[in-house]
Amino acid sequence: MNGKILEAVNISKHFHDPVDIQVLKDINFSVQRGEFVSVIGKSGCGKSTLLYILSTMDTDYTGDLLIDGSSMRNKKEAELARARNEKIGFVFQFHYLLNEFSVLRNVMLPGLKLATYPEKEVEQRAYEKLKILGIESEALKKPNQLSGGQKQRVAIARALINDPLIIMGDEPTGNLDKKNSEVVFNIFQELSQTYNQALLIVTHDNEFAARTNRIIEMEDGKIIRM
Amino acid sequence: MKFKLLVSVSRSLLLARWKQTLVAAIGVTFSITMFIALLSFMSGLNEMLDNLIINRTPHIRLYNEIQPSKHQPVNASAEYRHHHNFISSVKPKNGRLEIYNSGPIMKALKKDARVLGIAPKITAQVFYNVGAIDITGVINGIDVEAENSLFSFHDYVTSGNYIDLKNIPNSIVLGKGAAEKMMAGIGDVIQVTTSKGERMQLKVVGYFQSGLQDIDKVQSYASINTTQKLLGESNNYITDVQVKLKNIMQAPQLAKEYRQLFEVEAIDIQTANSQFETGSSVRSIISYAVGITLLVVAGFGIYNILNMMIYEKMDTIAILKATGFSGKDVNRIFISIALTIGIFGGLLGLLFGFSLSFLIDHIPFNTAALPTIKTFPINYNPRFYIIGAVFSIVTTYFAGYFPSRKASKIDPVIIIRGK
Ligand SMILES: Nc1ncnc2c1ncn2[C@@H]1O[C@H](COP(=O)(O)OP(=O)(O)O)[C@@H](O)[C@H]1O
Ligand SMILES: [Mg+2]
Repeated sequence: MNGKILEAVNISKHFHDPVDIQVLKDINFSVQRGEFVSVIGKSGCGKSTLLYILSTMDTDYTGDLLIDGSSMRNKKEAELARARNEKIGFVFQFHYLLNEFSVLRNVMLPGLKLATYPEKEVEQRAYEKLKILGIESEALKKPNQLSGGQKQRVAIARALINDPLIIMGDEPTGNLDKKNSEVVFNIFQELSQTYNQALLIVTHDNEFAARTNRIIEMEDGKIIRM
Repeated sequence: MKFKLLVSVSRSLLLARWKQTLVAAIGVTFSITMFIALLSFMSGLNEMLDNLIINRTPHIRLYNEIQPSKHQPVNASAEYRHHHNFISSVKPKNGRLEIYNSGPIMKALKKDARVLGIAPKITAQVFYNVGAIDITGVINGIDVEAENSLFSFHDYVTSGNYIDLKNIPNSIVLGKGAAEKMMAGIGDVIQVTTSKGERMQLKVVGYFQSGLQDIDKVQSYASINTTQKLLGESNNYITDVQVKLKNIMQAPQLAKEYRQLFEVEAIDIQTANSQFETGSSVRSIISYAVGITLLVVAGFGIYNILNMMIYEKMDTIAILKATGFSGKDVNRIFISIALTIGIFGGLLGLLFGFSLSFLIDHIPFNTAALPTIKTFPINYNPRFYIIGAVFSIVTTYFAGYFPSRKASKIDPVIIIRGK
């Protein structure tokens, strides 16, 4: 079960506004299948910026990004959207659920978009994911009827719906209290151990990071430890 | 599957802002309603005014005209052959308005498959004698039955029975205006004088009212026999042959053909009444312009609401993109929101437009000038409904186009970072 699922090759990024600054400098690293990796570093060192590039949402960089062995450079917007849909699950600091839809529907949407399975089966799978996260009883509620910790669990369920190669999280516990952070972290650990799910989680919580397989530490746009 | 998903996302976004959506849809509904009602009414009016002419005007009229003599003696001179000759010493002679060979011509016309029917006619200039005063007038000698079947003669005989004109010898149906001037009642006997000085007594059996006052002051109707007698002509004297065609559009071409074939003058309805066509088309253009303006305004309403919706739904759009929806998908979602507003509003508009037309159609409208009209005229042409439907979809599509493009270009990173 080994092999690189994600590889950053000489990734650099500049922001031009208001002045030209380089936020990422020659980032090189890879993530193996089933690996649980955490990224730490001071605020403003470029963690989020890196994560948006790795998730294919940001295309304004130099260097190359390989996901599942294929280069994401020079891909069309629709192809990148497809790659995100199929291979990457993203968990944001804020839950970012769609209040127009029920919890269940929120989880289903990326699955319906991918359309590997018919709607009934996507629904079935969404229930399974919610069950893993222990919130299947909330399935028919609207997201704004849930607590912060529950919302973040729904977001994780949504990230899992297409059985992605990797789950990325940008400080997914940053907005939660200690107890809920613990719950979310335990879920990540369970996903990693039980389901062999690869994870790449940005965090400022060193205690949290210490319990992952590997820590990548950044400073001033560079990786100083990995 | 994918289509279904996009529709379901659009519907959820739509329902989340259902009040604004409703306002936008009402805008479309209102404009389509007005568009349909306006065009139906305008074109009903046009049709009514046109029918005032068309129903009573032959598609082709064959007649003889007094024309200048084409052969002037000076042209025969060898010396002046190549000069510009303007001396015309020979005047038109023997001004006979009669159509020669009217019998064979009418027979030939009746056999023509393109002809619906023909009605012969004699126009006679007369004076109506009222005491010591003479009023100029025109008596149309008609074949009562043919005239009725082709030109609905009885619709315009507002008092008296039109068929009496045929059955009672030496009878006349007076123009309403002329009768008023003469103070002639039905059953009265009036006296007319022809341009050649012959006098005749005629019994009034009805009034004729065309809707055009100037005509009603002058024109009267008598049977062909009576008119021939009045003019002292033989019973094959005919001045006009009125032809009604199966297809009115063929009139100009057939008029040309008959002109050559029968060696008479022939004028088609389009040439004779070109001013009516102009009036009609100007009225239609105005109604289309007003209708389309309404739709464009409704389009701006949709544009605004979609822009607002996109502004409010930035987060939603960013999330959809982050989880794998492409710009194209987002574009389609917003286009389908716009189209839903357009289709829903448009359909209701067609329905209300029909209802409003129906209502107008039942408002009483009585005018002395138009004896056959009882309510406001409405033309229920399906064409207006098709145009209305197409336009509501096209305008909403364009109203949705730019906002949707904007939505599809939203960069999720900027939105997500912004928090
Ligand atoms: N849109 C932007 N324009 C200019 N500079 C930016 C922009 N976004 C982030 N930065 C800068 O890039 C650096 C890295 O930001 P970020 O990746 O968010 O850091 P982290 O997530 O590690 O706290 C910061 O110095 C930040 O100010
Ligand atoms: Mg950050």
